[in-house]
Amino acid sequence: MTELFAFLLTGLTVGFVYALVGMGFTVIYNASGIINFAQGEFVMAGGMIMVFLLAGGIPYLPAYLLAIGLTALLGVLLWKLTDLSRDSSQESLIILTLGYAIFLRGAAEVVFDKELHTLPPLLGEGHLTILGATLSYQALLVMAASVLIVAGLWFFFRRTRTGKAMIAVSLDPDAARLMGISLKKIWVLSFSLAAAIASVGGILLTPITSTNYEVGIMLGLKGFAAAITGGLSNPFGAVAGGLILGIMEALVAGYLSSEYKDAVAFVIMLLILFFRPGGLFSHRGVQRV
Amino acid sequence: MKSMLLKMLAIVALFWSGSVLAEEPIRIGALVSATGPASFIGDPELKTLRHYVEKINDTGGVAGRKLELIAYDTGANPKKAVTFAKRLLYKDKVAAIIGPSTTGETMAVIPLIQKSKIPMLSMAGGVPIIDPVKKWVFKIVATDRMACQKIMEHMKAHQISKIAMLSGSGGFGKSMRKQCKMVAKDMGIDILADETYGKKDTDMSAQLLKIKNTPGVQAVLNPGFGQGPAIVTKNFKQLGLKMPLYESHGVASKKYIEIAGDAAEGVYVVSPPVVVAAKLPDTNPVKKVCLAYKNEYEKTFHTPVASFGGHAYDSLYAIADAVKRKGTSPAAIRDGLESLHNFVGIDGVVNMSPTDHLGLDTKSGLVMLQIKNGDWKLAE
Amino acid sequence: MRALARRWNLRPALGVTALILALVPWMLSNDFYYEIAILALFNAMIAVGLNLLMGYAGQISLAHGAFAGLGGYIAAILTGRYGLAPLFSIAVSLGIMALLAYGLARPILRLRGHYLAMATLGVGIIVSIILNNEEELTGGTDGMSVESFSLFGHTFTESWEWYLLAALHLLVLLWLAQNLIESPLGRILRSLHDSERAPASVGVNVARYKSLVFVISVVVAALAGSLYAFFSGFISPQEAGFNRSIELVVMVVLGGMGRLYGAVIGAVILTLLPQLLTSFEDYQTLIYGAIIIGVMIFMPKGIVSLFDRWRRRG
Repeated sequence: MTELFAFLLTGLTVGFVYALVGMGFTVIYNASGIINFAQGEFVMAGGMIMVFLLAGGIPYLPAYLLAIGLTALLGVLLWKLTDLSRDSSQESLIILTLGYAIFLRGAAEVVFDKELHTLPPLLGEGHLTILGATLSYQALLVMAASVLIVAGLWFFFRRTRTGKAMIAVSLDPDAARLMGISLKKIWVLSFSLAAAIASVGGILLTPITSTNYEVGIMLGLKGFAAAITGGLSNPFGAVAGGLILGIMEALVAGYLSSEYKDAVAFVIMLLILFFRPGGLFSHRGVQRV
Repeated sequence: MKSMLLKMLAIVALFWSGSVLAEEPIRIGALVSATGPASFIGDPELKTLRHYVEKINDTGGVAGRKLELIAYDTGANPKKAVTFAKRLLYKDKVAAIIGPSTTGETMAVIPLIQKSKIPMLSMAGGVPIIDPVKKWVFKIVATDRMACQKIMEHMKAHQISKIAMLSGSGGFGKSMRKQCKMVAKDMGIDILADETYGKKDTDMSAQLLKIKNTPGVQAVLNPGFGQGPAIVTKNFKQLGLKMPLYESHGVASKKYIEIAGDAAEGVYVVSPPVVVAAKLPDTNPVKKVCLAYKNEYEKTFHTPVASFGGHAYDSLYAIADAVKRKGTSPAAIRDGLESLHNFVGIDGVVNMSPTDHLGLDTKSGLVMLQIKNGDWKLAE
Repeated sequence: MRALARRWNLRPALGVTALILALVPWMLSNDFYYEIAILALFNAMIAVGLNLLMGYAGQISLAHGAFAGLGGYIAAILTGRYGLAPLFSIAVSLGIMALLAYGLARPILRLRGHYLAMATLGVGIIVSIILNNEEELTGGTDGMSVESFSLFGHTFTESWEWYLLAALHLLVLLWLAQNLIESPLGRILRSLHDSERAPASVGVNVARYKSLVFVISVVVAALAGSLYAFFSGFISPQEAGFNRSIELVVMVVLGGMGRLYGAVIGAVILTLLPQLLTSFEDYQTLIYGAIIIGVMIFMPKGIVSLFDRWRRRG
């Protein structure tokens, strides 16, 4: 029983990070129809920038905000580049963002270094014990911050003009433009928002797992699987998708085989794609070409 | 005017000294995993090789000839290692090869080395590299089997005979897990739980919880490298496990203590002696060379020394030693390596023979450390 | 002569390629250059096959590295662990891969665009995880060595023998691909690329043709992967990894999607690139990424599109 509970807690912590990455995918996808394969690299960038700002003597809070800001700026930069090739085919755009991911990894290698880094946990090294299973304060923080971000995005998309405009663009770009919504603005916003969300995940995760220049590859792919599982058309589906994948992974690792743990997310993703391609929480059909 | 004159003099001097050493340099190839998953191994190795080749050349080279280092980054990818080995052998025509950094790459390269008859000094830990003996392949790095022996001797000495293992599922963890199971059998240690975790796993508390709930476990052994062991260590403390935790030589760098933080207190780590150079007893024959290397490395690169760079240092100086005694041709270097006698390196005292291409003395080659106050300490 | 040319479909490009392939050995002064040339040829084979799928049938695949690697592994395991003859192992490997591709084709090729990319990516990653973990069979992360390749009692050991073998394979493949493209089937494929509704509306079974091309491209990848495994004497899971699959897709796009010889050019460039970048060690990944981004932005139709411009001007 304790074991099961421990697995669930592990799964939830990791799942929330997948959720944050996954939401980033959906935010960009809904605004621009682009799948940004460099989403995992935003997670890496957030953590690494934070590590080096702190090492450079900048205090925690400014460093935190600066790291998020710089990553968001990186998002804007990538949008600028993407904008140069708007007319490209979908295949070319996929390759382009794969190129971003490789480039950002290479840049991190050169600008920072190739070593493993960690951050001091925000609330210290302590932990809670629940039903015999332990949960570190940092893991708790990851969950709390994710919930806050999800709530914030909910409010943003449902209650603010800009958020509603983003939804409108995802539903029908042409109509939205006729209504006077600036598509460019929405695209820039989506890239920077996705980058910022991912960087928060990266910064919060680093004290638990530590980070290096290539930590983004697997996180990106898993986040991606989370987005598909929940349904690309819905940012909140990605949250559910991330949690499902995280928990399933932890259960498989615990009860079946830790070696095949990494395959779980992709097996689930394939099953979803084969049998319910719109994702678990979508009513719309696939195909957005 | 005066400085101009000095410059000209310097140029003239350089010209003449150059002509003394005008012979072709001896080409040494290197295959290191300077990027990718094993970059923390390959990076210090490459730094060490570059620095000491320069140093050797500044002090007159080896047997009157300069060394030329041709190093390629394999990214820990066996396929790349094979391609670059071919480049070293056929295009660059090197006299000897140092590396690769990992066992997988080394095993991939060996058939090629045997065929082209160029001596190679691998910097990887795996036992199969030198067992069975291969004519052209050597290494001066403690094997994972030796590490397991050292750890289990320590356990025995502390009346520990029932343990749990939690191994990384990468190549290093898998190989060491296998070796440790064999050593445990020989030494009469029971492995009550045998868990594994994935390379990129972020939380191992579930596996540790299983171990915690296994009755009779007296200690936990964690073969693995990279971020995994640091997370294991953190989770270990979080779960309130009180028994000793043993880590492998894969984490024997300051990085591990830095990342595991307070949780690393009291953890046992088996390690090459260089990381505790200053704390070695004066009777240890490798103390002098370890200390000199550690100081020079930390002064030059401003980062704490890692044990891996020592493999590169030993390999380079072993080749220099072989060249001095036997000559510069690949065959001569091979003979020189096979006849290394009382060679004092960073990883231990080496005596090679036609039946032993490792030749490392276990007594000086590995030490058992314990982490106290965020630093290494020789364990009792 | 003209009739003969048409009948045998000896197009000038194929002739030029054959000529270049015949001349290249004069430049290969040592075994290392041969190694790179042979690697480029095998990469070109996979890229040509993948281009049929991506450029002509309009279906992206981020799993072809995994298919090539898996094909190589199956052939290597059959010879190494079960003592089958190399030629027979390759045949069995291709058969298995064809069945696998056929089984996957239906559910996967129903998807389009990003969804297809993700599904293939998932398949690729699962294959590579299996290869990494089934240590008994595959040697795990460290990979496994592969028996030498012998055919009718003759063992291939010399570099030039392998070069010849690889070059002949590529030429035959190019010839077959050209015929396929110009056949009625090829026309259907191209129309598929533009829109799936049009051919469907005139009664063409779209799914069947897409599956067919998918199977062909997977079998070609597995063939090149198996031959390469025998040539290099070693195979490791990295060859079936995510990065390898991306590399192959980049070859096709870099050369020019839907351009038969574009894939060849892309494969040659991308094979040479790491060798040219060795002196930039620390910047390798960065430069590789920058090149991909640059090409996608400034010549999304690939390098072959430069020749078009040049020809139009001339």
